[in-house]
Amino acid sequence: MRKNFVSITGMGIISSIGDNLEENFSALINKKVGLDQISHINTIHKNKIKVGEIKHTNNELIDLLCFNKNENYSRTELLGSIAAKEAIKHSGIKSIDKFKTGLISATSVGGMVRTEKFYLNSNSDDNSKNYVKNHHAGRSTERIADTLNITDYISTISTACSSAANAIMLGARMIKSKKLDRVIVGGTDSLAKFTINGFNTLMLLSEKECMPFDANRNGLNLGEGAAYLVLESEEIINKEKKKVLANISGYANANDAFHQTGSSDKGNGAFIAINKAIKSAKIKKEDIDYINMHGTATINNDLSEGAAIKRIFDPIPPFSSTKPYTGHTLAAAGAIEAVFSILALNNNTIFPNLNFKNKMPELNISPVTEITQKNLKNVLSNSFGFGGNCTALIFSKNE
Amino acid sequence: MNKTCYINSASSISSQNTFRNNNFFEKIIIHKEKIANAIEPNYSKIINPISIRRMSKITKMGIATAKSALKKGNIMMPDAIITGTGMGCLKDSEKFLKSIIENNEKFLSPTEFIQSTHNTVGSQIALNLKCKNYNMTYVHGSISFELALIDSQLLISENQANNILVGGIDELGGKIVDDTLVLENDNENGINVPLSEGSHFFTISSRKNANSLAILKGIEIYHKISKNDISNKLNLFLKKNKFNKIDVIILGFNGDIWDKYYKILTDNLFKNTPQVQYKNISGEFSTSSSFGLWLGLELIKKQNIPKEVSLNNIKSNKINTILLVNQFKGTQFSFVLIESII
Repeated sequence: MRKNFVSITGMGIISSIGDNLEENFSALINKKVGLDQISHINTIHKNKIKVGEIKHTNNELIDLLCFNKNENYSRTELLGSIAAKEAIKHSGIKSIDKFKTGLISATSVGGMVRTEKFYLNSNSDDNSKNYVKNHHAGRSTERIADTLNITDYISTISTACSSAANAIMLGARMIKSKKLDRVIVGGTDSLAKFTINGFNTLMLLSEKECMPFDANRNGLNLGEGAAYLVLESEEIINKEKKKVLANISGYANANDAFHQTGSSDKGNGAFIAINKAIKSAKIKKEDIDYINMHGTATINNDLSEGAAIKRIFDPIPPFSSTKPYTGHTLAAAGAIEAVFSILALNNNTIFPNLNFKNKMPELNISPVTEITQKNLKNVLSNSFGFGGNCTALIFSKNE
Repeated sequence: MNKTCYINSASSISSQNTFRNNNFFEKIIIHKEKIANAIEPNYSKIINPISIRRMSKITKMGIATAKSALKKGNIMMPDAIITGTGMGCLKDSEKFLKSIIENNEKFLSPTEFIQSTHNTVGSQIALNLKCKNYNMTYVHGSISFELALIDSQLLISENQANNILVGGIDELGGKIVDDTLVLENDNENGINVPLSEGSHFFTISSRKNANSLAILKGIEIYHKISKNDISNKLNLFLKKNKFNKIDVIILGFNGDIWDKYYKILTDNLFKNTPQVQYKNISGEFSTSSSFGLWLGLELIKKQNIPKEVSLNNIKSNKINTILLVNQFKGTQFSFVLIESII
């Protein structure tokens, strides 16, 4: 039984509710939200929308990392490096080379956050001229790999808002197939003018704090952050007598194949992904104790995701979206919420779906709205993205 | 243990006349310009004309080659669609970015944003086929396509898929490409093949059929390899896949200073092996190595190495096994090994 699992031995996170695991957990149980007006990005939408922004400037992040000040880092690279370093430390890894170690990172913004600064004035100095070299999404992964001294298998995934969940899934598969002994998986995305304006043209941004699954929800808050998990083979766990935080017991990826940006009313892609993930975990759907929902608070996502879980579960297990804490961190969301799911498992605590008041009339379902203690064994985490990409992950206690 | 992965079909749109053309070897184009645009087919016969209007070049190239590869591979509905793209939907990304800057964040087109995400091609293919199966996009510079291939191999081994559509796609953009050219031209050690674009799709299957071309024997990528270690790493790779002799080596020479990695191989380990380059005819782009694989399959089919790509004029009696090696500026290394089953 144990053999089918891939173990998680370390985690790291930075989000608008904290710079590390401890701060994030403390914010979650104290209902301290990270949504506020934008301070670092000069955009005309500044005073209109609320976002989950990390308050540190890039220079402060460079100091935290003890990086060379003269280099031109993108914010995605800096956030990713902070979270990945914490994950390595948390796992107690002293030497990367001791085992075949890979890195799989997700991003959607990638180098765009730097490109948008230099695009139309790129001839001034070397740093700006070089923006083209650093534009590609893999650059942030390479920076993190160099920070951690990983030289072997590295990979970057971009499937919009399901990216990090796919990175976690791929990592688990690479361990199971013995292609890697150890892999750091997760994602990083920073706020950027590009995405703020993109979501704004689609009229998906909320001016208030978002209200997932509420009848009166009116859109999402963008956020930024990064999170990584350390996955290790059973061999390492035994050899090094490592403490296992949780296991990845199930996963699946499916496509909604309905519309480039909208989800189908019945949540077909989500339905397939969740069902397949449960099957791959070799558990019954009744064994799911809590669902950390994608729950972006857009009209379309919450209806579609709600419809999917209603079709699958009866009764529906306790569920919540943690997006009102952090905002929607796009390609990093799946990793940030994986960390929250594991914190939930480890502390037998369900984090509340803040700002919920009224049920959606179409579905008649209610999320958990208060901090709730419950014995949790299996947590399902959903991530869906543009392009119909749907991924479901199941995290289980190591018992 | 890896299960056998058969490459059952291949389709190419590139800066050569490669789409649905069996005679490409006879009319290889030598590009004189610094930018080589893809030679595109008439899409109206391949894609619904109503949808074509909004699609950018990368999506059109992607869908056309994906459909052609599926047709040749005799597959109606793949079990997985896996794409690799280094720069993604560059045209729409740049258009959207330019409007943000020039119009001070006003009057923006949602379509450009929607089509700027890296998974646009993979998801448009899924939409086009109504394919709800596994769908993944890799975006890591010059190993984007190889990462997609590794995932395909993994899915077959896990018994999660029998037929996979896998491809590499990149398009030329606007200012980002111009600025790249300036950087490369200012530098005497820069890339000296044209910057280009293209789309290459393949079907990979757990089953052999009458049209099967080759077996994907092995594939590996590395973030970094030192010059001293490249031969050793390659030897280990060949050993792991139980190969001691290969018939042809295809290398990603692009004229920049980092070609020194290839030189180490061509001067030593593979001195007496027929050596082939391709970026002189395909141009350089993040997924140009998918052109390399496509060329490898052509060599197997035709049993002939055109002079335009031959590096050392050594002839091989039979082109059965091919090793592909690529890297980009001393990072993003890939080794791919294929074996003919024609």
